[in-house]
Amino acid sequence: MIRLGVPSKGRLMEQTFDWFAERGVRLSRSGSDREYAGRVEGAQGVALVLLSAGEIPRELAAGRIELGVTGTDLVREKLAGWSSDLVELAPMGFGHADLILAVPDCWRDCVDLDDFAAIARDFRSEHGFRLRIATKYHRLVRAWLSAQEVADYQLVDSQGATEGTVANQTAEAIADITSSGETLRANNLRILDEPPILRSQATLFANRGAVGPALERFAAQLGLEMPDTPAPQEAAQG
Amino acid sequence: MIPKRDKEAVGQRLLARFRQAGAEEIAPDILLPAESLLDLYGEDIRARAYVTQDPIRGEMMLRPDFTVPVVQAHMASGAEPARYCYLGEVFRKQDSGDIRPRNPRDREYLQCGFELFSRDPAADAEVFALFYDALQPLGLRAEMGDMGLLLDAVSGLPLTRARAEALMHHIWRPGRFSRLLERFSKPGVTRCFAQAGQAWAGLRSEDEMIRRMARLQGDAAVAPLAAVWTERLDRLFDLRAPAPHALPTLAELAGDMPAIAPAVARIEARMAAIADRGIDLDRVIFDASHGRTTMEYYDGFTFTFQADRNGWPPVASGGRYDALTRVLGKGREIPAVGGIIRPGLVAELEGAA
Repeated sequence: MIRLGVPSKGRLMEQTFDWFAERGVRLSRSGSDREYAGRVEGAQGVALVLLSAGEIPRELAAGRIELGVTGTDLVREKLAGWSSDLVELAPMGFGHADLILAVPDCWRDCVDLDDFAAIARDFRSEHGFRLRIATKYHRLVRAWLSAQEVADYQLVDSQGATEGTVANQTAEAIADITSSGETLRANNLRILDEPPILRSQATLFANRGAVGPALERFAAQLGLEMPDTPAPQEAAQG
Repeated sequence: MIPKRDKEAVGQRLLARFRQAGAEEIAPDILLPAESLLDLYGEDIRARAYVTQDPIRGEMMLRPDFTVPVVQAHMASGAEPARYCYLGEVFRKQDSGDIRPRNPRDREYLQCGFELFSRDPAADAEVFALFYDALQPLGLRAEMGDMGLLLDAVSGLPLTRARAEALMHHIWRPGRFSRLLERFSKPGVTRCFAQAGQAWAGLRSEDEMIRRMARLQGDAAVAPLAAVWTERLDRLFDLRAPAPHALPTLAELAGDMPAIAPAVARIEARMAAIADRGIDLDRVIFDASHGRTTMEYYDGFTFTFQADRNGWPPVASGGRYDALTRVLGKGREIPAVGGIIRPGLVAELEGAA
């Protein structure tokens, strides 16, 4: 049995259902809207599991579902070493969002990351502590800033209403997911003139350990080629 | 897998050696206050420390390194000269990124260290020789460098104070350093800033921004750094050779860059002192950029002992950290040099032999 994990509500669920329907597989919620059980028509040996989008990466990695639909941002943030456990079967073309770094729009001297790095250094000597970036994407933001060689900052955790932290003076900048940038503009924030930290979209992932004839048959039915990617080898690290 | 007990035994053996060298053993706490101390480390350690919350003492961290607590202990009560040794666990997160390594590095591992607080100029050689002798049977690659050399070279460039300070600040971040140097080597560009009008938000004040804008505009008028300086700096940073062969190049560079002459004399004296302790300098690499990849608190002599194993961190590393004692000493400072050995890695090497 292939267990397919799908976000349990909202546009992400509807678009996922549409994506599978276009490929001849009808997914639906069984019973009432409040029930997290699902039905699959048009495919053999596939069960639908409705889950919160944020739990899908962990469930996939743990092998409690074989396939799952979730954002690349969540997989990369929540699963250290994700590509050793999961394989990307298909980007699904919706749920687009960029993880970006934004600063107050009033910082007219801050256009790119070089400005940001210089301001962070000034801020630290002026205020005696490191410039705070509010985010819930700690690993992704830290890895990116480290690769870009930005120092003199600290991450502060923000699990919601992140855009408000600057006005509330609990952070000087934010790193968050945005699709249209509207909420940022409404909060007088401006995205730095840099490529995003990550471009995310809804993606169909498979657990590497679950790849086999049954999964390959289902992938073929969906018109997907199984990517021929062995688990990546370890890289040197200190 | 080497049992922890065996790693501990190797640590005890190394500790005994450090004790024989005249060190007093100290045992700093494992739970340390995070807020003030964490800031003293470079980003690498800071991002990897396990931080937790104590209801009374606030933010605490699991000891990520010994040097800072040892300096604190010394500053609180020690008399100079002082030699300390210690053996205990440090804790560092190992986030491998997208790929999970088959042999993940330990998140908690032993460090056995030796720290020397002394105004004796031969202190560097004493510490290096102690580590060299303790590790000799393992056939490791010994490398050394000197951050003071690089900092003096940058500080001696014909640059404005602000430009030199920006470069020195980023000396541990090679990409950012090169980009800054490139910018300073070109004629300045007057920046056009967006129109004012946005509502002010956040803790950084408008005054801070206006001051930075003025600095940037002033900086645009500064004459570019002549290309010859970048070439000299590149030649210095690229210098890597067996220690005795590095000296003539250093002397030559000091002719072009008088600011590094005192550092070069110091390096020469240090090498002589190391040779006096019976170490064959031909087997030690001098790498001018060595310290750029070690701990950010090292501001002078640095050294590492590296095994020929893919992906391994150094088996031992150390250096001089005078500036750290200045920060922690609140006005009092004392030259200090020290280093650590990772007994776990020594045990693995001995197990494989």
